[in-house]
Amino acid sequence: MSLITTLARLEAVSSGRAQPTATVRHRHLSERPLVFVPLTTAGEAGAPLGALVGTDRDAPRLLVVPQPRDRDLRFSFLADLADTVLPYLDSHAESVEAAERTETDPETGKRVKVEVELCADAPQLIVPSRAGLDLVRLLGRSMRFRRTAEQDPEAPHPAPPRIPLLGRWLTHYGERSRVPGSALLLALTDVLSRHWATGQSGLEDQHLGALLAWIDPPDGTRGDEAARGAELARDAAGQLLCPPAGPATDPAFDNKLLAPAIERYDRARTALAAAEDALAADDRLAALTAAEREVRDLVESRTRPTWDAVWRGLDLLRALPQGAHAEERWTRDRWSFTGHRDRVLAGEPPQPRRDDAVTAANKLAAREREQARLEAQEALDDPLVMAGRRLAGEAFAGEVTDVVLAYSEGKRPSPRPLVTVRTDDRPHLAERARVYRSLGGKPQSAELVGQEAEGVLVLRVLDRMGRGREPEPGSVPEKGDRLCFTLFEHEQRGGAKLPDPQDTPWTHGGPPGEPAPEAPDTVTEEDVL
Amino acid sequence: MTTVDFDPGAAAARATDAILHDTLHGTERGVVVDSPPGAGKSTLVVRAALELADAGRPLMIVAQTNAQVDDLVLRLAEKNPDLPVGRLHSSDTDAYDKALDDLPQVRTSARAADLGGLPVVLSTAAKWAHVKVDEPWPHAIVDEAYQMRSDSLLAVAGLFERGLFVGDPGQLDPFAIVGSEQWAGLSYDPSASAVTTLLAHNPALPQHRLPVSWRLPASAAPLVSRAFYPYTPFRSGTGHGDRRLAFAVPSDGSGPDRVIDEAAESGWGLLELPARHTPRTDPEAVRAVAAVVRRLLDRGGAATSERAPGTPLPLTADRIAVGTAHRDQAAAVRAALAELGVADVTVDTANRLQGREYDVTVVLHPLSGRPDATAFHLETGRLCVLASRHRHACIVVCRAGVGDLLDDYPSTEPVQLGTLVKFPDGWEANHAVLAQLSEHRVGWRP
Repeated sequence: MSLITTLARLEAVSSGRAQPTATVRHRHLSERPLVFVPLTTAGEAGAPLGALVGTDRDAPRLLVVPQPRDRDLRFSFLADLADTVLPYLDSHAESVEAAERTETDPETGKRVKVEVELCADAPQLIVPSRAGLDLVRLLGRSMRFRRTAEQDPEAPHPAPPRIPLLGRWLTHYGERSRVPGSALLLALTDVLSRHWATGQSGLEDQHLGALLAWIDPPDGTRGDEAARGAELARDAAGQLLCPPAGPATDPAFDNKLLAPAIERYDRARTALAAAEDALAADDRLAALTAAEREVRDLVESRTRPTWDAVWRGLDLLRALPQGAHAEERWTRDRWSFTGHRDRVLAGEPPQPRRDDAVTAANKLAAREREQARLEAQEALDDPLVMAGRRLAGEAFAGEVTDVVLAYSEGKRPSPRPLVTVRTDDRPHLAERARVYRSLGGKPQSAELVGQEAEGVLVLRVLDRMGRGREPEPGSVPEKGDRLCFTLFEHEQRGGAKLPDPQDTPWTHGGPPGEPAPEAPDTVTEEDVL
Repeated sequence: MTTVDFDPGAAAARATDAILHDTLHGTERGVVVDSPPGAGKSTLVVRAALELADAGRPLMIVAQTNAQVDDLVLRLAEKNPDLPVGRLHSSDTDAYDKALDDLPQVRTSARAADLGGLPVVLSTAAKWAHVKVDEPWPHAIVDEAYQMRSDSLLAVAGLFERGLFVGDPGQLDPFAIVGSEQWAGLSYDPSASAVTTLLAHNPALPQHRLPVSWRLPASAAPLVSRAFYPYTPFRSGTGHGDRRLAFAVPSDGSGPDRVIDEAAESGWGLLELPARHTPRTDPEAVRAVAAVVRRLLDRGGAATSERAPGTPLPLTADRIAVGTAHRDQAAAVRAALAELGVADVTVDTANRLQGREYDVTVVLHPLSGRPDATAFHLETGRLCVLASRHRHACIVVCRAGVGDLLDDYPSTEPVQLGTLVKFPDGWEANHAVLAQLSEHRVGWRP
C-alpha cells in the first residue's frame, strides 16, 4: 500500500467516510452494461442457485435453480442464462467499423497493413465482487467443453445448444479480466476501491454493501457505522438486512430459509411423480409451482438488494469524469472482443484447458506490459494519483527557474537545452537518471545533470525538439513553466516475439503436439443422482 | 563435518573439472551448476567460455543485466586479450560500459549480424530475445540462470543447441509484477525460474555444484550454508585466521562503535534498536545505518586477507555496501549518508546487490519495525543476498522484536498443487539467522 493510500485510509477512519483516491474514473463504463448477480449453492463447487441478470436496472431477469443438485435444472438455468447473455453479446458483434492492423504476410514474411473489422462497441459485464469473477471463470470452464446433441449425437447427457458457446465467451471474459486496466468484465468492488479508500481492510472492501456504506452513507449516518450495519445487522428472524453480494450466501439464510424451501420443493416433486390420476396430478403440480415460487422469491430477495447496490455503485462511478486514457484501454478491450468473435466465427475449438508454454508466456508478458501502462496512464490522467507517485519519489513537480540552450557534440549539433527546475518533492534520482514529461500527449525525455542545491535540479532535455538546429517552438520548457516529470516511462515497449507454439524449444518440453480433443470426464455415480 | 583434511582448493578444482568435462564432452543438451555465494561462478563462466572457444566452438553467453554482461566481457578480456569477443547491446544510449571501447579485441554492436563469426558473443537475455538466427549457436552459457525467468529462457532457447546453466539457487527468485497463480504447478510456469522449467522437462541433465565459497569468511559460511542451503552444504575457502579486520581508532563506547568491534571480532554484529512499529523508512534505523558507515570509515579500518597475507589494505568507501529491502529505504540511507558527508558507499536493494562483493556490509533488516511479515519480506533469497555479500563482516541494524513478529506470522502462503516447495522457507531461514545474530547483539538507544 502506498503512503498516500495509507493516509487516505487513516483519514477515512477518522472522518468516518471513504476518501477519494482518484479524481477521474479510470475504467471505461459502458452505456448499457450487462449486470450479473449470481448466487451459488453452499457445499458444491460451481452449482448455481440463481441469478439476476440484465441490462435494465428496473427489469432484471431472475433465473433460479429450485434444486441446485439437479443437473437438468442446472442446464436449463445455464440455457436461460445463455438466452440472456448471448443476444447481448451478439448485438455488439454486428456493428463494426473499419480498422487497420499490422500482420505478418505469410508469403513474404513482411509486416503489412491489413483492413480488418473492429466492433464499434464491446459488451461489458459487471459482477458485484471479485468472487463473482471467479464464478464467471468457473462457469466458463464447466460449459465450454460440453457437447451438444448436434455435435455428438451419441453423448449420454447432451448440453442444450448454446451452452458451450456461452462457456467460451465467459472464459474469454474471465481471462480478459486478468489483464490490468481491462474493462470487459469488472468486479464492482474492485473498481470502487480503486477510486475510494475506506477505513477498513482490502478484504472487507469486498463486501459491496459495506463498501457503498463507506463511500455514500445514508443521510445523517457515519460511513463506518453504516458499514458495520451492512455487515452485521439482522432482522428479528436472524437474517442479514444487507445480504452478502455473493455468489456465496449467508449460512443463516441457507439453514433457516433456503434448505426448508428446497426440501418442500423436493417433496412436491416426488409427490407429483407419484400422482396416480390427472386430478391429483393437477393439485400436486399446483403445489410444486407454489414451492418453486417460494424458492424464486427467496433467491430474488437475496439478489435484488445486491442488484440495486451494483447500479448505485455504477451511478457513483459515472459521476466521475472518465480519465483521458481509459478510452484507449477500452479500444484494446474492443479488439479483444472482436478477436474472440472472429475465432468463434472461424469455427476454432474452445480455449484449451491449460495454456501451452508459449501462450502462457505471451499472456504474462502482455499483462506485465499492461500493468506498467496502466500505472503510468493513471498517473498522467489524474493529479491525485500523480501526487501519490510524487510522494513515493517516482515523480516530481516544480517550476522552471532557468533555461540555457546548449547543443550536443558531434557533426550535426542538436539542441540539448539545460532546464533548471525547483521542486519541493524528493524524487529518488541518481546522476544521469532519465525523467519524462508529457508534451502534447507524447513523452519528452530528459536526464538529470546535477543537483545545484536541495530541490534544485538541472535537467538536459533530450528529444522531441524537431530535426533542426533550433528547437521547435513550444518544445522546450520556458522559465516560469510548472512541469511534472516522472521517473517512470509513459509508454511501454513491445516485448520480444516468442517462438510459435509448434517451435517450443527443448527447454520447455518441445512442441505440444496436436491438440487432442478434450475427452469428457467419465460419468460417475454422483453424476446421476 | 567429517572432512578433517578438507582442501578447499582441490575440492573446487575437482568440481570445476567435472563441470568442464560435461560441458565439453558430455552428451546431454544441458549442464546445470548450482553455486553458493562467492563460489567462483564468474570465474567458472569465464573458464568454460575460454575452453569452448579454444575448442573452436562458437559460443553465446546470456546474462541477466548489462552490468553482468560488461563484467564478463572485461573478465574474458583480462584472461585472454587475444580472443575476439562480441558485445551485443541495445540501441539505448549508454547501453554498455564505455571501458569496452578501449579494448581492441571487443567488437560492440546493436545488431547480431555485425558480430557473426566471432568465437564469443555476449548479451543480456532481453536483447538476445530479439535476435533471429538461421543456424543456432552450438553452445551457450546462461549466467545467473536462477534469476532468469522461464519465459525469458523460452525466448532465447531456440538460439542454441547445448547450454551450460550457472546460478545461485539461494538468491532472489525472479518475480512478475502481475499475478501468475493461473500457471502455478505447470512445468513451464512462465514466472518460475529458468532452471526450474529446464529441469522439469529434462530431469536427466547433469547437475553440479561448487562446494567452496571464496568470498564468505569462515565466520559466515557455516551460517549461510545452514540457513539457506541446508541440503547442499558448502564451506569457506579460508580458515578462521586468514581474514582480519582491525581499526586504528579505538571505540568511543557508542552503539555503532561497539557493534563494529563485535563484527570485526566475530564477523557478525547486530545493532538492535528499541522495539517499535515504524514506517518503512524508519528515520532512527536509517540514521543508525549511516552512523555505522560513518564510523567504519572514520576509524581507519584495515582488512587483511589471504590475497595479501600480512599486508592490511585500508577499508575504503568502495569496499563497504549498505543493503536494504526497498528502494525508498536505500534512498533514505543515501540521503542520511550524504548528510554525514559520506560518498562512494554503495547503497542498494537486495535485488541490485546480487552478485556483488564487499569487505563489510551494513544491512537494514527487512523485518525491522514492521507490524507484519509479508511473503516479500520473508523471502529467503532476500535475506540470503543481504547476508552473503561480505568478505569480512556483516552488521545488521534492526529493531527489537523480529523474533516475536516471526512467531506471530507463520508463513501462510497458499499451497499450489504441483509446485516444488522451496526449503528452507523464509520463516525458518530468518529464525536461523536471527539466532546467530543474537549472539552478537549490541543494544543501542540512539
